[in-house]
Order: sequence, then structure tokens, then C-alpha cells
Amino acid sequence: MTISVNGVEAMLPSDPRVSLLDLLREQLGLSGTKKGCDQGACGACTVLVDGERILSCLALAVQYDGRSVTTIEGLGTAECPHPLQSAFIAHDGFQCGYCTPGQICSAMGMIEEVRRGTPSHVTSDITAEVIPFSRDEVRERMSGNLCRCGAHNGIVDAIATLLPEAAE
Amino acid sequence: MIPFTYARATDVADAVRRGGAEAARYLGGGTNLVDLMRETIERPDILVDVTGLSHAITERDDGGLLIGAATSNTALAEHRAVRTRYPALSRAIVAGASAQIRNMATVGGNLLQRTRCAYFYDEAGAHCNKRHPGDGCDAMDGFNRMHAILGASPSCVSVHPSDMCVALAMLDAQVHLEAPASTRRLPLTELHRLPGDRPDVETHLAPGELITAIELPAASLAVRSTYRKVRDRASYAFALVSVAAALEVEEGRVKEVRIALGGVAHKPWRAWTAEAALLGQPATEASFAAAAQAELAAARPLKDNGFKIELARRTMVAVLGELAGEAV
Amino acid sequence: MSIIEDTKQLVQGAVMAGMSKAIALAPDRWIPGGTPDPLISHRHGHIGRPTTRIDGPLKVAGAAPFAAEFPMEGMVYAALANSTIAKGRIVELDTRTAEEAPGVIAVMTHRNAPRLSPPPAFMSSPKAAGGDSLPVMQDASIHWNGEPVAVVIAQTQEQANHARSLVRVTYEAEPAITSLGAAKARGSRTAMFMGQPLHDEVGDADAALAASAVNVDASYSTPRHNHNAIELHGVTVAWQDGVLRIHDASQLVAHEAWTLAQMFGIDEDKVVVTSPFVGGGFGGKCLWQHQVLAAAASRMVGRPVRLVLSREDVYRLVGGRSNTEQRVALGADPDGRIKAIIHEGVTPKTAFNAMPEPFILPTRSAYASETIKLDVQAVELDMLSNTFMRAPGESVGTFALESALDELAHKLDMDPIELRIRNEPEKDPTNGLPFSSRHIVEAWRAGAERFGWSARKPASGTVRDGEWLVGMGCATATYPYYRMPGGAARITLTREGHATVDIAAHEMGMGTATTHTMVAAERLGLPLEAVTFNYGDSTLPGVVLAGGSQQTASIGASVIAAHRALVKELLKLAGNDSPLAGLKPDEVGGTDCGLCKLDDPALYESYASILGRAQRVSVCVEASPSAPMEIMHWSMHSHGAMFCEVRVHAVTGEVRVSRFLGSFDCGRILNPKTAGSQFRGGIIMGLGLALMEETRFDERSGRIVNPSLSEYHVPVHMDVPEIDVIWTDIPDPHAPMGARGIGEIGITGTAAAVANAVFNATGKRVRDLPITLDKLM
Repeated sequence: MTISVNGVEAMLPSDPRVSLLDLLREQLGLSGTKKGCDQGACGACTVLVDGERILSCLALAVQYDGRSVTTIEGLGTAECPHPLQSAFIAHDGFQCGYCTPGQICSAMGMIEEVRRGTPSHVTSDITAEVIPFSRDEVRERMSGNLCRCGAHNGIVDAIATLLPEAAE
Repeated sequence: MIPFTYARATDVADAVRRGGAEAARYLGGGTNLVDLMRETIERPDILVDVTGLSHAITERDDGGLLIGAATSNTALAEHRAVRTRYPALSRAIVAGASAQIRNMATVGGNLLQRTRCAYFYDEAGAHCNKRHPGDGCDAMDGFNRMHAILGASPSCVSVHPSDMCVALAMLDAQVHLEAPASTRRLPLTELHRLPGDRPDVETHLAPGELITAIELPAASLAVRSTYRKVRDRASYAFALVSVAAALEVEEGRVKEVRIALGGVAHKPWRAWTAEAALLGQPATEASFAAAAQAELAAARPLKDNGFKIELARRTMVAVLGELAGEAV
Repeated sequence: MSIIEDTKQLVQGAVMAGMSKAIALAPDRWIPGGTPDPLISHRHGHIGRPTTRIDGPLKVAGAAPFAAEFPMEGMVYAALANSTIAKGRIVELDTRTAEEAPGVIAVMTHRNAPRLSPPPAFMSSPKAAGGDSLPVMQDASIHWNGEPVAVVIAQTQEQANHARSLVRVTYEAEPAITSLGAAKARGSRTAMFMGQPLHDEVGDADAALAASAVNVDASYSTPRHNHNAIELHGVTVAWQDGVLRIHDASQLVAHEAWTLAQMFGIDEDKVVVTSPFVGGGFGGKCLWQHQVLAAAASRMVGRPVRLVLSREDVYRLVGGRSNTEQRVALGADPDGRIKAIIHEGVTPKTAFNAMPEPFILPTRSAYASETIKLDVQAVELDMLSNTFMRAPGESVGTFALESALDELAHKLDMDPIELRIRNEPEKDPTNGLPFSSRHIVEAWRAGAERFGWSARKPASGTVRDGEWLVGMGCATATYPYYRMPGGAARITLTREGHATVDIAAHEMGMGTATTHTMVAAERLGLPLEAVTFNYGDSTLPGVVLAGGSQQTASIGASVIAAHRALVKELLKLAGNDSPLAGLKPDEVGGTDCGLCKLDDPALYESYASILGRAQRVSVCVEASPSAPMEIMHWSMHSHGAMFCEVRVHAVTGEVRVSRFLGSFDCGRILNPKTAGSQFRGGIIMGLGLALMEETRFDERSGRIVNPSLSEYHVPVHMDVPEIDVIWTDIPDPHAPMGARGIGEIGITGTAAAVANAVFNATGKRVRDLPITLDKLM
């Protein structure tokens, strides 16, 4: 029973009640993934599992046996940030910084979803093979990540830097 | 959460064998069940993880689709056949929850979501017949803006929260069920119950019965289908009212029509009355309005939700109008 | 209790009122800010340059440690059980099953909790921080629905959470006042706020209203709100060698340390509160029961304790904004000159706090009118104490006032901007003080131009885009300049030319750490990287509240005082051999890693040279600024002109904000990058206030029904359009750095701008927030 976290194998907890979020924060010392509601309503705990974004607070860790998890710590570091992390700084895509790791992980997953053609609520032609990027597409797809400081504009700006096709 | 044991089902037979135990629950993506367990509203002793079972979407010989119950909501919404042949289903799924939740949530689990009634969620501090039959209903005279206008009972006025189910109800989906001693199918419209005096019993599933797949019948009508959801914020909110509909117009008259409503009842609400009223009628706003009126004649407002009747009427008319416009 | 408190406040208020008069009449030069801060004239330094957050790299990497993320050896976890009645007594408390549950170390209740004094309530003394004055888990009495009744301490969070559900409590309920109607029926009293009654009268407003050619008179209501910072309130606490160490998310570390010391009966220096990062505050990250309970539990079990509130716990333990019922009546002559302003209403509080939502505050200095009557009546409910939430008073008060202005403009058939400009006062209309700096007209003109206001159709319901009705609205935003007493700062300057500024201030995302590094660097004449700004630690100098948009002024004034002391010390050390010899502290300033004569920069000596010659490695000074008399000498307010475009769905009534512009006059903007984010953040919270936010309080039980982020809606990305912000950047000559606070003004005026735009789009006037679609169908 192991799980790979940022490329490192970790033991799964013996108590099946432990969420993936609490495994990361309390047992593995990876507190970059945040707890904002513990009930799937805020997105602060978003991580990537096999490249797909999920809410780690609603995930029982034991369910993810053998899976590969990427957290904010696995994307980049303060010294050597991922381009998206740098873009968040450049565009002031946060204030308090608490929802930020979740926003960034969510955006990583979101970009892949669009590239593979997953439609969204604002996609006008859902039968289209290629979904055109727009700021509204980014907004809708990032709506599962709440930000109370109100950094929404900066977040969308930061994400748009990774999407040349989104430039209006 | 109370302590429980966790087991991962290797196949359907293994799942139903384990799931037959008392106080066992099937675990899909966990997006609702884990939350309810944390609130100690759900108190299973055994969790049988069924996410490893079929998540295949296969074409059936009759032109329909068979969707494994462990399929994620995202996988279903983005599937080409669903997007092109059952667009209302894709639209309904992406109107629900958030992308992260849709990635986790399974199709089977979505069907068995429990209500988001705030009094249901307050295990410590509110009365709820759904949690404890006979306990009383604090929603009846409390905050009930989100609550039911159709099919409610003096015991329970809560609504089913799913968007996907509304589209499935409209599409005549069939639910494939498995138990140790039986295999059967149920129309989705007959899966969920109205509350009556037992709001704690939400479906017609037998104890331990497992949803293994959803079947979508072949239907050319579904190609011209859509889903519209009205809610209190622009995204990531449950429906106040939603409408799934498909319409075929021939020579200006309604040849075939299917309508289902969400956010209005304890179950996804198939608008049979409106459908019957529309067949053969001119595809005009007046007919749509009359049909909506007929469907909503039975609607009963609570203290805070009277607006839903008018909202449902208007949304039905608008959606049918939009489909009729496309049909011309 | 309340009457005694009110009397105390009245006495304080009378003293204050007498002092105010003297301070108002004093010459400018006697007043702090009477001589403009020399930094105001620096136009090409760090100040005003868009500067990226210095803590950005840590935050985007998830490496900034928040309160619940400090590891401690042997730490255990806590979980709370809360009451389910609003008032009464616990008659049975069965903790046996919980105590026997796996992993449980102890269950703390009123029976075994350490004995504690009640918390001094916020504003009852200079360092008091209590959200209320109620004893914490000391007896069987219950005062609100949701009050903690037990704390379970266990080896893991899962075990603690489980055992919490096993605590069995039986109550004897007593009659509770949980509805506004019942509370009003028992009578109300004029509310007291910061020692003064929330009541002002200028002339006879009722008579003037009756005599006015045109008038509007309407009632508005606003619901309860919660802050909903995304970070859950959490603490990691330990008792180490008699010192209580608290890693907290706090916007008042020094107040908190003092208050906890009072409660635990220990010396103030035996409590250390640190809070390097706060995951959003907005008024909600102050002292509530959870810090006290965690500290008490830790003392009881003799181990470090982590207590993270669930989201539901946050609603049950941490107060929010109270609801209001307001009446605004305006009388005007046919030319739109306002003759009467009446703004009055009622708001609930508890018997145990001193915080009536002061919704008349924005009206005090808003418009020239010969007559004004303002009044807030407070009633008392049995509920969790309400508290400050972003722009208390102004946020909801401007909704009523600025909606009424729009109604008046409509009745006069006048452009609402012109109506506001026509009634621009020359001095403060209620206290008669001169304004320190007021450029709202410039903000209106610049904003109208940029937003394209001239394209607005005055007639309602005339612009349609497909299924959407389109409208534009505007409103005035306003928030006062405050500076609270208690500031202090320490500067340590080394011979290498590195300065460390220490002050017990807070960074909750406002950009404090970055901006005050800039300001200190500018003042000292150092590059940014030569300045370290330390904050978020109660052992540092100063009693500074991150609230009331006053932290920038408080830090600024403290650093000015410390800097003056530093210069004095450096001049002394420089001695007679320095080019600066004989100069007075006021004549020199920092530049180029040294000091120079302000009006003759050629007279210069570097810090390295001064300290080297004095054979000093470093110099360290600490100082406090003088009392904030400037706020009694001038009427000091920021303003904004808010512009909104909405789209209202013709079929469903759904409202979407499609454009928003805030044009601000807030003095000098120190860091345009972080300031822009503060303005936008306030506006976005204002959009929530306008369209969706509501804490649902069940008046039958006194219980909050929607204690979650799925049922309490805050704006999501899809609700937030591009928000444009501009500013006058005209320095306030009487404020440190020329800057007035900017943290709260964005939420003010926004709801009215939205409501006024909705009226323009639909012809429907919604006077009860939030503006949900059912009100527009």
C-alpha cells in the first residue's frame, strides 16, 4: 500500500479515515496543499493525481493506492519556480497566498483538460474537436477554486500567459 | 467519521458479496459520501470501493450507449458520442459542481447523491426526517428557498441535487443493477422515490444492490437536446431550477418531446404532463407556456420558494423555444 | 453589563468630545501631520513604483508557513463539540464514551478546564482583543447556539473528530431572544461605537424633509455576513518553560498576547503570539474562543496542541457582520441641492460586545446639507457576538445611502454623478472640520471618462442585448483615515548599511511586508534588499491592529518616529567631524545609504562612515509616534467613484456584472501593484455583498443554517469580470507618506453601484440585499 507523492514513495495510512489532504499535511509534512473547508467547497486542497486535478479533502488516501500525486511542492520551489508559479507572482495572482497552491495545481489540470477537448459550461459548441480558449473558459473552469482576497483578475492573467492562444 | 474498514472490490461479484453486509456502503469518488461521513450523517462500518469496476463507455448494437458506473463524470461529459448524440447530458454534467469534483465523481455515485438541504446536513442542531424518521422537518418552516415545489410531503421538502440525473431522466436512461441473487434494470425515472412518509428511503434499490451501468437508448431526438441551469451564482452552485429537454418539430408541430426538471423535487422530475400536453401541438411559445403551466399546476410553494414555480415555467418555455428555433 | 459598559463609554466619549474640540481648534503645526511627511516630496524612489511581493516566491511554492503548519514535537489534535441551544444550561454532560474512544487523551469541559478570567472585550481597554467578554468554558451556562461545550484532545485529528461526535450533552433551555422582531419589541437603545453615540443631528432634518420640493424616503436591509477567509482559523500552541507560544492567524498579535495573559493570569511577556502569514482576515482573524481553548487544552494535557476549526466551527465561533434595517430619506430643491438627510435604523448585537454595525458612518461626511439626522439603534440578541467585517458601517451603510442618492437623481431627472458633485461639501457637514484632502470630484470626472458613462441611457430598461437587459450604475465609495494609538517601531541599522525594522504588525495579503520594506528603504535611503521588515510577532514593539485600514498609517507614523530617533542618534554619533555637524534631525533625511541635509544634499555622510568613525557595529532605536490627534483636527476620508455595468437576464432574472471601474482618491498610492489588488479585492467582496452573500440565521433556534462555503456563496471566478482601478494619487499632506488606508474602501459603494445599475437595466429597485434573481423576476 504505497502512493507516490512528487516522485517519492510514501506509505498509505493504516487508518482509512485519513484523507489524502491530511496525509499530505499532517503525515508527510507537505503543507503546501491547503485546507479551506474540508468538504469540497473551496478548491484549496486541489492536487494532481496522474495529471488530473482532484480535491484531496474528499479523497480517502487508501483509495489512491499505487497512484501518483503531484502537489505544489512537486511543481516548483521558491528558488526554482514553475513558469506558472512565476506568472502568479508577476501578475499578483494572490494576496494572502492561501488559496494559491490550489489555484496553481487546478490551472495545471485545467490546461490539460482543455487541450484534450473537455467541454465546459461556457463552451458554445460542445461538439467541437478543439475548444477555443477564452478568458471566460478560464473563469468557468477555475470556478471550483475560491479566492476571498479577490485576486481573480491576476489569476486569470497569470494562467493566460501559459496559453498563447488565449491572448485576446 | 466513525471507524470503518475499507475494501477494494475486484469485480462486480466481489463488490456485491461485500456490499451485502449490514452497514456496508459502496464508495465511488467519495465527493458526497466522504463529506457525509465526516458529518457523521453517513456511518458505514464497511466501505466497498467500486471505482475499480467498469468505467468503459461502449456502443450498443441498437445504437445506444452503455456507460460503466465507475466512469467519471468528466469522462462521460467529454466522450465524443455523448457530446454529439446526447448533448444535454454533456451540458448537464459540466453545469454541475466543479471540474475537480467531476474528475473524481463517478456516474453511479452521482445517481446516489443525497440532498444538500442545510437542515439535513446539521446532524447536531436540526431536526430532519431524512436523517431520523419521525424527528420532524426544520426546513418546512425554515429557510426553504432551495427546496421542493413538486412531489414534496409533510415529512420532507428537500430536493435531489444532481444535474446529470435530470438529463438522464429526460433521455430515458436505464440503470443496470446487480445483487448477489439478481440482475435487473430500472428506468432512471423509477430509481428515485418521492419522500412520502419515509424520506430516509431515497431509491428503489434493494439493500446491497449495486449500480453497475447506465444505458442510454438510441434516440435521434436526443441530438437536439439541451440543458439549462439557473442558479444563484454564475458557477459552482446547485440549481434553483434546471431544465433538460429534447424536441422534434415536424411541419410546425411537436412530433416528439421530452422534458425533465431539476431543483424542484426529491427526484429528477420528468415532466410527463407537459410532454403529453405538447404532442401534436404547434411549436409555439403559447403551446410551451400552456404545457409548462399544466406541469406546474401541481406545484406547491413553501415560504421562500414560490418564485421557483414562475422560474420553472419561464425556463421551460425558454428552453423549448430555443430547441424549436434550432429545429426550424 | 451593557448599561455599565455604555456609561463607561459615554464618560470616555465625553472626555473625547472635549478633547476633540481643543484639538480641532489647535494650530496645524501642533498636530501630527501638521508638517507634511518629507517622503511625500520623493517622487522618483521606491514609493509609487509597482513592486512585486517579496513573499511571492514562498506563497506560490506553498512554502509560506501558516498557523496550522508549524510542526511541534509530541503534538496532539483537538476538536470541538458545540452547543445546540441559544440560551440555557448544560444539565448533563456525558464524556465517558468519548474518553474511551481510541486515541483520546482527554476531554475538556467546563468541569475540568483550567480556571480562566473572562476576556477583556475589544475596545474596553487599549490592548483588549476579546470578541466578547464571556467566560470561556468556565461554567454550565450557554449564551449562543454553537458555543463550545467540550474539547476533545486525541493523538490524531481523525480520532479527535470521531470522539467529538460521542460527547452527549443535555441542556435546559431558557427563553432566548433570537429574532430581530422580538428584540425590537423589547426596545432598543442608541448604539455606542468607539465611545461615542451613533447619533448626529444638524438642524431640523424632519422639518426640512417635509419642506423639500423633492424627496425620497425608503427602507433598505442588509443580511448577516461572514468573512470567509479561505484559511480556516487554526492554532498550534505549546507551553514551553512557562511561556505560552501560539502560532496563530492573527490581525492583532500584541492585543492577543496581552488579553490571553489577562485570562491565564500570567505576565504579558509570558505569551508569545506569532503570525507570519495570515490566510485572509477581513476582520475575522482576531481573538475568539479557539485560541483560548487550545491554550487551555495544551496546559491540561501538557503537550502541544493543534486546533483547526472546521468550516462549520468558524461560523459557530467567529462572529460576522450583523444585519441592518435602514431608512434613508433625502430632501432636495428642484436643482438637486440636498436640504435634508436622514439615515437611521436598527442592528442587533449581543449583551457581551461593543460592536453595533455603524452604518451611518459614511453619511456623516458625505454631502452638504443644512440638516442631517443620523441614528443607529441597537438591540440585543442571544447569538454569537457580531464583529468587524471589512468596512464595518460603510460597506452596508453606503448601500442604503448611495441607493437613495440614485433614487433621488431619478426623481429629479438628473445625472447621478452631477447630483453628487452638486452636493459636494466644503467642510465636514457634521463636525465642521476642514477636510485634510478631498478630491472626489476629480475621481468622478476621471472615472466617468474612462468608463464611458456618457453612453448610459438615463431611462431604465431600454438597452437589450439578446436575452440580457443591460444597465449602468454608479455610487460613491468612502472610508475614513484612522490611526489608532499604540504604535511603536524599532530600527536597527548596521555599519554595512542594512536596516531591520521591527513592528508587531501583520501581513494578511495586503502587501504590508512589501510596501513597508519600500517605505523604510525610501526613508532610510537604502536599496530594497538592504531592508528587512519584521512583523507578525507579539514580542516586537507596538500594539498595532491590522484593521480599520489604519495599519499603514500606524506603521508609517511609528517608523517616522523611530527614524527621527535614529537620525538624532546618528547625528550625535557623527559628531563635529561630520559634514552634518550642527544640523538638527528635522533638517536631514536618508539618501544613498547615508544622511544628507534635505535642502543641500551635498552635505552628506554615509551610514558606514558615521558608524565606523563612532566605532559602532550598529545602532538601534525604538520610538512611538504621538497620539493620533490629526483625526480630530481634520476630517480625513478616502473616496472612490464606483461604476458598474450589469446584465440582467430577461427570462430568469440572473444578474451578471460585466464591467466595473473604481476611481479612487486615497492619498498617495505607495505600491500600485499591491494597491490595485487591494482595491479589486474589496470590490469583489462588494460584488458578493451585492449579489449573493448571506449568513442565514434561523430566528427560531438562533442557529446559523448555512455554515459552509457551498451554502454561503462568495463570488467564484465566473462571477468576476475584469475590474479596472485608477486613482488620483494626490498625497494627503497630513497623513504619513501622504497615504490613507486602502484595505476597505473597495467594498464600499460597490453594492449600491450594482443595485443602481440593476435599476437602470430593469427599472426594478432592489432595496434588500442580496440582489438575487427572485427579486427581479
